[in-house]
Amino acid sequence: MMRRSPSLLRRILLPRADGRRSVTYMPRPGDGSPRIVTLIPGDGIGPLVTGAVQQIMEAMHAPVFFETFEVHGDMPAFPPEVIESIRRNKVCLKGGLFTPVGGGVSSLNMHLRKELDLYASLVHCCNHPGLPTRHENVDIVVIRENTEGEYSGLEHEVVPGVVESLKVITKFCSERIAQYAFEYAYLNNRKKVTAVHKANIMKLADGLFLESCREVATKYPGIKYNEIIVDNCCMQLVSKPEQFDVMVTPNLYGNLVANTAAGIAGGSGVMPGGNVGKEHAVFEQGATAGNVGNQKLVEQKKANPVALLLSSAMMLRHLRFPSFADRLETAVKRVIAEGERRTKDLGGSSTTQEVVDAVIAKLDWVSHR
Amino acid sequence: MALRRLVQRTLLNHSSSRLYPALGQSFSTDTSPSEPIRATLFPGDGIGPEIAESVKKVFNVAQIPIEWEEHFVGDKVDPRTESFLTWESLESVRRNRVGLKGPMATPIGKGHRSLNLTLRKELGLYANVRPCYSLPGYKTRYDNVNLVTIRENTEGEYSGLEHQVVRGVVESLKIITRQASLRVAEYAFHYAKANGRQRVSAIHKANIMRKTDGLFLKCCREVAEKYPEITYEEVIIDNCCMMLVRNPSLFDVLVMPNLYGDIISDLCAGLIGGLGLTPSCNIGEHGIALAEAVHGSAPDIAGKNLANPTALLLSSVMMLRHLNLNDKADQIHNAILNTISEGKYRTVDLGGSSSTTDFTKAVCDHL
Repeated sequence: MMRRSPSLLRRILLPRADGRRSVTYMPRPGDGSPRIVTLIPGDGIGPLVTGAVQQIMEAMHAPVFFETFEVHGDMPAFPPEVIESIRRNKVCLKGGLFTPVGGGVSSLNMHLRKELDLYASLVHCCNHPGLPTRHENVDIVVIRENTEGEYSGLEHEVVPGVVESLKVITKFCSERIAQYAFEYAYLNNRKKVTAVHKANIMKLADGLFLESCREVATKYPGIKYNEIIVDNCCMQLVSKPEQFDVMVTPNLYGNLVANTAAGIAGGSGVMPGGNVGKEHAVFEQGATAGNVGNQKLVEQKKANPVALLLSSAMMLRHLRFPSFADRLETAVKRVIAEGERRTKDLGGSSTTQEVVDAVIAKLDWVSHR
Repeated sequence: MALRRLVQRTLLNHSSSRLYPALGQSFSTDTSPSEPIRATLFPGDGIGPEIAESVKKVFNVAQIPIEWEEHFVGDKVDPRTESFLTWESLESVRRNRVGLKGPMATPIGKGHRSLNLTLRKELGLYANVRPCYSLPGYKTRYDNVNLVTIRENTEGEYSGLEHQVVRGVVESLKIITRQASLRVAEYAFHYAKANGRQRVSAIHKANIMRKTDGLFLKCCREVAEKYPEITYEEVIIDNCCMMLVRNPSLFDVLVMPNLYGDIISDLCAGLIGGLGLTPSCNIGEHGIALAEAVHGSAPDIAGKNLANPTALLLSSVMMLRHLNLNDKADQIHNAILNTISEGKYRTVDLGGSSSTTDFTKAVCDHL
């Protein structure tokens, strides 16, 4: 009794940090049957990091099976069997696809988003405990409209030397992205939604976006809503990021703001994210910068798998396997916090495999032992 | 009118050569003209007049051969310019070729163009140059920033050409022309060479906007070939944002189309401490240079002697460099940096408690 009481006391007094939920998730019978998820390794570091996810899913015995397809950035279009597979499975995990610069092939990432109508792109940028950054208290979710705006791809040469590009903003798309942002904030207990725009210059286009956001805001009186111009927003992000909570933006500004926010909170190697539509969800590394990596990272196998691992945890939660999601997330966060196994972008020198092994070792780590 | 001005100028020459016979000799190796250079000054609104006074005082103490021609923004719309800026003001800038502008608040209403837009269109200001460097002694989260953003200022996404196609669908045009892109790329490389910069990076999103940003990149590449000693690289905008907030020392000179330039130049201003410390200069056709302070007019502290004149002072230094008065420019620049780094006289926005006049006096003392 005397020997056992210290550990008993510790268990009562200290909070449990071992990833076990104290709330029981009551599944419906059959919810535990395995789900098939489409997997697209992609280009560059993609195969390396998706391989990491597969290893960890196996180690956890997660009820997820992957249907792998090879897609590369220089293909003219997405192979129809891949699209069929995603339509069937509803969920996909994807590595980065390289988009060639300046001409020829159109972006396959954009093609996928338009084909499956994945109209919301979400990036969750937050400080990871134990990872030193210049900014503290960052916890921003950037929700970006994914199908229209400046990325419509409608360009033409008027006369030689003069090129026009159309930016299209519709009420339909602006309304549904605003609706998604407020619904996300409501379901995740977020307090504030900020709309990012440049309506002082683009009065009609961004004005329409803002109008839609304001209309949706009136339906959620419990959530604060404000607006900020995009250049001021970037300036505030690098000086006072703690003022932002959920941000909703049109397509191009969302790209910039998401990458800036990811950069201040630790870099594109650790931010999870995904694209979601009414019927389908595609999970990938949050920030688009650097999701293909460079040749050196591929050769030395030192890509950072953390972002895709955290995105796959989001995917597990989306598939209604919350306990697996929590275990994975806790293990990954603990590996980052301890700091022994970090890849180059976080200041360490480990390889991808070393990080994966460390995460697997921590999967069932319990604090009071 | 012109005769009177000619007589005035001749009298001034005579008087200056009589009172200061050694004007040409006592000031350094710069070819200071025997007559002062005329420059247009727009004090602006709000805190504008106070910080303009600061600049005039510092220039006086440093004995810069500049004669200011002050113009105020009126409260009546001038039909010739469709804005509150009069034709005379614009003519003055066109004549003098250099100017300094304080913050201007565009009044809300219809029937007139915004002041900045008027200046830009009438004077053909095609490039906006903002050097961003960490001020020694004023600590921000980033202390190794030393870059220059050059932004195309006339076209791109800010053409203002929008229309509603049908209810609920709006189109906005982004225009990129070869002429404007070549012009700004030329200026960027010329600036890099003239200021000893090693690298020029073109920022774009040509993987998505293939023709528009592709044209911009093509023009940059053409100009880059003429300057083989300067390294040229191209960076996609999302990579650029990520790199800027992780490690700003990776960049040297950045050249960008209009929208990206707006966002990136404000981001860089945020890295070094905000718009209150950032100089800026607009380059126009025929060698016009209009230096300006990019912060707002701050009506809440107007008239209270609390404003920070650093941005306008640093912009006036840029103006001096444009005029090739490099020694004088360095003198004032060092005085400002020393004052801020010493930390004894800092205005309220930098965390100190000095007034505008105290800060100005400290800068003058350091000269």
